[in-house]
Amino acid sequence: MNQNSVLLDPTAETSPAARALLARPASMIGKTVGLLDISKPRGDVFLDRIDERLQAMGVSVKRYTKPTFTRVAPTALKQQIAAEVDLVVEGLAD
Amino acid sequence: MTALPDNVLIVVAKRDCPTCELVEPLLQTLADSGPVQIYSQDDPGFAAGVPGATHDASLEVSFHLNIEFVPTLIRRANGQEVERTYGWHREDWQRISGVPGLGEELPAMRPGCGSKTLEPGIAEDLELRFGSTRLSARQITTGDAEDPMEACFERGWSDGLPVVPPTPERVLRMLRGTDRRPDEELGLIPPDLSPCTLEKVAINAVMAGCKPEYMPVVLASLDAALTEEFGLHGILCTTMFAGPMIIVNGPVARAIGMNSGANALGQGNRANATIGRALQLIVRNVGGGRPGEIDRATLGTPGKYTFCFAEAEDSDWLPLAQERGIREGASAVTLFAGEGVQGIVDQKSRDPESLARSFALSLRAVDHYKMGMAGDAVLVVSPEHSRVFIEAGWPKARLLQELETLLQFPGAEMVAGAGGIAEGVPASFADKTVPKFRPGGLLIVRAGGTAGLFSAVIAGWAASGPVGSIPVTKEVMV
Repeated sequence: MNQNSVLLDPTAETSPAARALLARPASMIGKTVGLLDISKPRGDVFLDRIDERLQAMGVSVKRYTKPTFTRVAPTALKQQIAAEVDLVVEGLAD
Repeated sequence: MTALPDNVLIVVAKRDCPTCELVEPLLQTLADSGPVQIYSQDDPGFAAGVPGATHDASLEVSFHLNIEFVPTLIRRANGQEVERTYGWHREDWQRISGVPGLGEELPAMRPGCGSKTLEPGIAEDLELRFGSTRLSARQITTGDAEDPMEACFERGWSDGLPVVPPTPERVLRMLRGTDRRPDEELGLIPPDLSPCTLEKVAINAVMAGCKPEYMPVVLASLDAALTEEFGLHGILCTTMFAGPMIIVNGPVARAIGMNSGANALGQGNRANATIGRALQLIVRNVGGGRPGEIDRATLGTPGKYTFCFAEAEDSDWLPLAQERGIREGASAVTLFAGEGVQGIVDQKSRDPESLARSFALSLRAVDHYKMGMAGDAVLVVSPEHSRVFIEAGWPKARLLQELETLLQFPGAEMVAGAGGIAEGVPASFADKTVPKFRPGGLLIVRAGGTAGLFSAVIAGWAASGPVGSIPVTKEVMV
């Protein structure tokens, strides 16, 4: 147990203690979706199918690949994805 | 709370203390003569085999008995403490225990050691677990793998620089900096008008990096900032530059090691840096005043991280706080809606008239050369510059008076359109004289290093005065 693991809230406590997930977009129209292949076998099969279905919906898609699934994405790749797309889908397992 | 043993002799000791080891062989004798409770603060084997020997592993009993030294010998009867002694004093031990001849072979007196309950870090932990201080802020549990510093950033609690994670122990230590109660309500913090307890101030002071001894200054600053005249709401939400600036006067500045000398307006002094920052973190976290949201500053100013310094008080110039009604010898803070620092370089003026004209010329630039009675200003006069006035027999009030005279301009120069510049005061001032500052809108303080013929203008919010913000001085209650 980390000794700093309990902190006292410095705020007026008007928002929930647990941070909420970002709201889901109301619509995909006009959005750009990034598909991130983490370089695990057959991840591309899953993402290719997602790509097809998104394109059929008229959503623009950009593809990215992590060098290896064993490490977190390089900073430059994370910054590039954050700058270029509104949403990201990644396939986590083979 | 665990009930304290009653109608009994109590001994509190620790193995780590040579005096406790000295008395250890006597404890069996005490046990033979009546009921005894022996609490060891460290070694569970202390006084092993003696009836009533207990390991006070959590230190709860030691805490409730307010043990400051070991060994401590206490007699309790009928729910009350009858008598206690610290260390080894043979006569006291014999009298309290009622065992004549106890420890005759030992020296008459040996001082004890400090109780484990008072060791740094332990005292706060015990107070939180067993004490009467009640912290009521919501507890946020961070993930096991989460760095607490990063957790503070991610929750939006930071001004952009790292904050000290506000653990309950740190907050408790911060609260020791004041006698006031943690649940005391200090007012409503704009823009959300959220109630602010003293505990919330302590939490934000921890995050800002304050020492507990800074608390009285932080509390006085908040008190001043929350007055109607200071107008904190407007300051924090304006598109203009200002933020709350704190000028500290009086003995508290020296007591807590504030900088009024070299680089007084710059970095490097913990008290200067963290007191101003604590106020801004309270605005951000309790009040919800965040840049880009309610804080609509177009450019802002670095002083919005923190802006706090002390006056370099001099017996020949009345300190700012005393000019503003605080009695001599008291400490005070003056809150000012400050923008940035504009230097005045004048290395040639050797008489007060020349230097006053030099200052007036630079002061004219506040907000805009063609604006009058808009923003207040603080003129920070360095020791080398102040010497020019002091040696000529000019008190601060004389300099202020001369500046007010010099800072009167023909309306024709100031009106909108004059000089080919659309900005300016309304055309109705064309045939009038326009003062640069509203009455009371120019403050003078002395600060800075002893070398350098440089002073500074700190411009105020262009909405100074009753329409926006008036400087406010409050006494620091130490």
